[in-house]
Amino acid sequence: MLDATPPLISLAGVRKEFRNGTLALDRVDLAVERGTFLSVLGPSGCGKSTLLRIIAGLAEPSGGRISGIEALRGQVSFVFQEPTLMPWATVWDNVYLPLRLAGAARAPVENRIAETIGAVGLEGFEHSYPRELSGGMRMRVSIARALVTSPALLLLDEPFAALDEITRFKLNEDLLVLWQRQHWTVIFVTHSVFESVFLSNRVVVMSPRPGRVVADVPIDLAYPREGALRTAADYAALCRRLSSLLAEAME
Amino acid sequence: MSGLGDPGSARALRLIAPLAVGLIFLTIWQGVVWYDEIPPYILPGPLLVMETLWTDGPSLLGSLWVTLRITAAAFVTASVLGGAIAVLFAQSRVFEVSFFPYAVALQVTPVVAIAPLIIIWVRDDTFLALLICAWIVAFFPVVANTTLGLNSADRNLAALFRLYGASRWQTLRYLRLPTALPLFLAGMRISGGLALVGSVVAEFVAETGGTETGLASRILEAGYRLQIPRQMAALVLLSFTGIAVFFLLERLSRWLLSHWHESALPGDE
Repeated sequence: MLDATPPLISLAGVRKEFRNGTLALDRVDLAVERGTFLSVLGPSGCGKSTLLRIIAGLAEPSGGRISGIEALRGQVSFVFQEPTLMPWATVWDNVYLPLRLAGAARAPVENRIAETIGAVGLEGFEHSYPRELSGGMRMRVSIARALVTSPALLLLDEPFAALDEITRFKLNEDLLVLWQRQHWTVIFVTHSVFESVFLSNRVVVMSPRPGRVVADVPIDLAYPREGALRTAADYAALCRRLSSLLAEAME
Repeated sequence: MSGLGDPGSARALRLIAPLAVGLIFLTIWQGVVWYDEIPPYILPGPLLVMETLWTDGPSLLGSLWVTLRITAAAFVTASVLGGAIAVLFAQSRVFEVSFFPYAVALQVTPVVAIAPLIIIWVRDDTFLALLICAWIVAFFPVVANTTLGLNSADRNLAALFRLYGASRWQTLRYLRLPTALPLFLAGMRISGGLALVGSVVAEFVAETGGTETGLASRILEAGYRLQIPRQMAALVLLSFTGIAVFFLLERLSRWLLSHWHESALPGDE
């Protein structure tokens, strides 16, 4: 990609060895341009979650260089595979959490929280507790919490893997709508070929442990993408191509 | 389970089943006492105990009040100090590993063995001496439970707090304390009963005289005078107090956790 502006973040030769000696990542090179919706596709156990945690600053790499994340401090949001909500707090309070931790009082951010809760389609559930919501709705709360800070970089670690297919498709589409409106940079970790092609404009494929980037595929399907795309021929072709790349990586 | 489906009948069962068990037990007891003509100074029947409770009740209530005050004071200090110690433990690993063994040591030492010493050391103030004994018995469950709770915060939530640059205080206030609340309350529930046991046992050991004494002294006195019905009436009063303390704390726990914790939620609908 020929671009004058430097990438938002870039990793060079990143390595991660766990204390028990397991080599999770080895020589990972990756540059992410601003505004990209990047999917990191790989089999389970390939270290893609570890990669995401390193980018978030939640884990230290054992080697290599990462640039760009210092400048993003405070502008990164993370969505886990589980909704990871505070069970004792209402939807409103869960979404308020990042702002509260940044020192914001309740009153000045009320509009912002209402907007964010509305954006993920949860208006009317502000005072519900996580326990009272379905799995898909909990994940929406988790996404609202990530978006409420207007992050520059949104990191998602297989956020929809535990959901049923209907809910997953719906959340995929809703996430895309939000992304087109806001254009944060997204790094989306998944093991689903279909999900990665549907969502992103770029997919990198990782090999099994130790994880490395083995393929880098642009997805030049036009946005907005809707449910109909899932049956389109060019979508199917890209899925087929990525599936075979993934299969190659597994060998 | 069939027949327990609707919450109304489940609640009725919770009330009726223990009452029925108690009633059957009391009937057998009364029957045995009548049939074998057991003299009341060996085993009084429940009817006589109830009668004694009615006649001696007013004179026992003053003593119950003393026991209750010690219990309540021990329970409150155990909850507050126990919670505070647990927070200190959770804030500093060094502090925890340095002091936890001593908390355990205090817990496993029988209060009967240390009560005489404490009563000698705190001679001038019997109330304080008994309070300390009861506290020693009651504080450990709060410390142990709350420490466990403070250390069981969800790993990913904790990571999120770090990501958003939460301070130590914010992490404690918004993550670790709420996580620990159910276990703190469970500790309190155990501690409430133990505070009562501790205050009675300590008073047994102290054998304090005078008017300002608790139920344990009444039980001892009645024992010396072979007033077994009175002794048992005092015992009944004590167990009802214990039951009341337990259910009061359970109520409090349910009320505080009603929105979110599994333990406080109604069963399957």
